[in-house]
Amino acid sequence: MKMAGKTAGSTRSAGVQVTFLHRLVLYVMLLAMVSLVRAAVPVPDIPLPQDAKQCVQPKSIMRREHFNFLYHQRDETMRRGIRTKRYSLVNCVSCHAQKDAKQQYIPINEKGQFCSSCHEYTAVKIDCFECHATVPVSKSAGQ
Amino acid sequence: MKETHYSSQQQSSPPQTDLSKRKWIGGAAALVALSPGLRLVELAAAKPNDQPASSAVRWGMLVDTERCTDSCTACVDACQLENGWGKGSTDESRSRATQKAHWIRKVKLRDRETGKTHILPLFCQHCENPPCVDVCPTGASFKRADGIVLVDKHICIGCRYCMMACPYKARSFIHEALHDQRVLVPRGKGTVESCTFCVQRVDRGEQPACVEACAKLGNKALTFGDLSDPESAIAKQRTEVTSRAIRADLALNPRVRYQGI
Repeated sequence: MKMAGKTAGSTRSAGVQVTFLHRLVLYVMLLAMVSLVRAAVPVPDIPLPQDAKQCVQPKSIMRREHFNFLYHQRDETMRRGIRTKRYSLVNCVSCHAQKDAKQQYIPINEKGQFCSSCHEYTAVKIDCFECHATVPVSKSAGQ
Repeated sequence: MKETHYSSQQQSSPPQTDLSKRKWIGGAAALVALSPGLRLVELAAAKPNDQPASSAVRWGMLVDTERCTDSCTACVDACQLENGWGKGSTDESRSRATQKAHWIRKVKLRDRETGKTHILPLFCQHCENPPCVDVCPTGASFKRADGIVLVDKHICIGCRYCMMACPYKARSFIHEALHDQRVLVPRGKGTVESCTFCVQRVDRGEQPACVEACAKLGNKALTFGDLSDPESAIAKQRTEVTSRAIRADLALNPRVRYQGI
């Protein structure tokens, strides 16, 4: 009986220790995974416009709402002919498009540019630029 | 006169915007009163950016086929450069000629009996009752308040019903991915497009590119303006000359009229 009781007690304590160890190992693995993922997909280094100091809304609002502003504006412009500059896509591109060493505009949806860097990171597809110009000035004459 | 103007505005818009619009139209009316040489069409054309297109304006075009010549392609070239299709684009390279965009075409008509030929530019006729809008299953084809018929490419699914419905063959479909669009003229694969009366220019108070090019050359075959304004050049010209709608039998009341055919 005594032996049995002792055995039972030691088993219980050993069981507790194993669970704690399990948890520890799990935490360590999770931490390792998180840090690995972070290392694999770095937070994008978004190129910011050089001329303008601030956007049409604070950064926190733009991050969450920019597509709503664009959706609203697109219908206003397309359907009603209201062409205010503030939330227009043309205005976004004209400010955020970067220039290369030859002073030529880089398409804003090119890898590493303002729109694509963030959209790639968040895995959200943008289809604005299947139709809309990606640079603030038209490539050939006319406009 | 002023009063009727206001009441027609009131019906079509909510009260809040109405106030600002009233102010704007009131200001325009005052300006007209102040300067007799200034026409309302010009004021309406120089629409402030924050104002919607007004149903008080009705854009239209008058084509004088007698002044249009076979060899000249100024209107087509200007349209291509302005709107970025044809010569204005390098993207549509793999489509067959019959598939490519054609916002404006020169059409030759020949009288079988006399052999007399007419040359005329054919483009979206901006009908009052547009069949393209009737058949569009998504509502992408629509008519703006000022009568300009457009395609909202955001919701166009590329079914091309509108192309079949249009008796003028004015619309075309984009078959390949584009990259060099104009800043104010978005165009893209899988959507239908047609003449927009250069809506981006009209909204800032300019004439469509084809009209400007034709006038620059001295041909002056195209007149563009507000049909609702009796003082506008186009309205006056339409009271003086005989002009016809193409396929008038369809009762679509196109805003583009032809003189001399």
